[in-house]
Amino acid sequence: MFDLTGRKALVTGATGGIGGAIARALHAQGATVALSGTRRAALDELAAALGERVHVLEANLGDKDSVEGLMPAAEAALGGLDVLVNNAGITRDNLFLRMKDEEWDSVMSVNLTAAFRLSRAAVKGMMRRRHGRIVNIGSVVGSTGNPGQGNYAAAKAGLIGLSKALAAEVASRGITVNVVAPGFIESPMTDALNEKQREAILGNVPAGRLGSGAEIAAAVVYLASNEAAYVTGTTLHVNGGMAMF
Amino acid sequence: MSDIAERVKKIVIEHLGVESEKVTENANFIDDLGADSLDTVELVMAFEEEFNVEIPDDAAETIVTVGDAIKFLEKNAA
Repeated sequence: MFDLTGRKALVTGATGGIGGAIARALHAQGATVALSGTRRAALDELAAALGERVHVLEANLGDKDSVEGLMPAAEAALGGLDVLVNNAGITRDNLFLRMKDEEWDSVMSVNLTAAFRLSRAAVKGMMRRRHGRIVNIGSVVGSTGNPGQGNYAAAKAGLIGLSKALAAEVASRGITVNVVAPGFIESPMTDALNEKQREAILGNVPAGRLGSGAEIAAAVVYLASNEAAYVTGTTLHVNGGMAMF
Repeated sequence: MSDIAERVKKIVIEHLGVESEKVTENANFIDDLGADSLDTVELVMAFEEEFNVEIPDDAAETIVTVGDAIKFLEKNAA
C-alpha cells in the first residue's frame, strides 16, 4: 500500500520541519524527490541524508520569476512530475488593525499565489500523462481563523478554494488536488513556547499532545498514492481533534 | 488535403475519440465533436507539441473549429 516507487515529487519549503518530514516520507515510499527551499545549506544537508533519488532546487517563492523557473527546473531534473506538494509557507502575524499591506502581500504571495502558479504549471504535464497528485499544505486556522493571523488564515483558506476548483477541472484527467491541514505540530516554533503557553494550547487539543511532522507526512503520502485516486477536492485535517469538521 | 490538415485531423480523432467522418473543417470542437473546455486546451497543447509552435491564449480562443486550427497552423507552423 501507498507505494510511490517511480513517482516523481516536488516538495516546496523542504527545509522546514513539516516539509522535511514530507520529503523524507515520500522518499521512503520510493519516490524520487526534488527539494525546494531558500536555504541551500539546509537543502543540501537533507539531500545528503536521503542519499539517492534526490534533487535540490533553490527557489524563493516570494519572487515571481523564481516561482516560474521552478517547475521547468523540477520537470527537467526529475524527468516529469507526478506529485506536487505546495508546502512552503511564511507567517507575518499582526493584529488586523495593525497589519501592513506588505505583511498581507508577502503572506499571500508565498502561501497562496506561488501554489497557484506552481499548480498551473504542473497540471499541464500531468494532463498529458493522465496522472497527477497535488497536495496543498493548509492549516487548521484556514478553517477556524486565529487572532493575529488574518493574512495567514486567508491564504490557507484560499488554498482550500483553489484546490476544490482545480480538483473539479482536472478530475477527469486522473489528477487529484487535496489539502492537508495540520493543527499544532512540533517545530522549532512550538519548542520555543513556555510551559504555560504549551498548556493553554494543549487544553484545546483532545489528543493532549502536539502532532509530529511525520504525522502530516503520512497524510501526504496517502493522498499522493494510487490508493487515494478517488479522493479529490477534500481537506484532510490532522490536528488531534482540536477542530472537527 | 494538406499535410497539416491531415495531422490536425489525426490529433483531433485520437484525442476526442470521434469518427473520422465527423472531423470536417467546419466541425466545431465543442458543439459538433463533444469536446469540453478542458479538451480544447489539451488540443491546443497537442497542436503546439506536434507542430512545435507556441499558440498564445488570444489565438487559442479563436480556434473553435477544425478548419480554424488548420488555418492557424498553415500560417504559423514552420
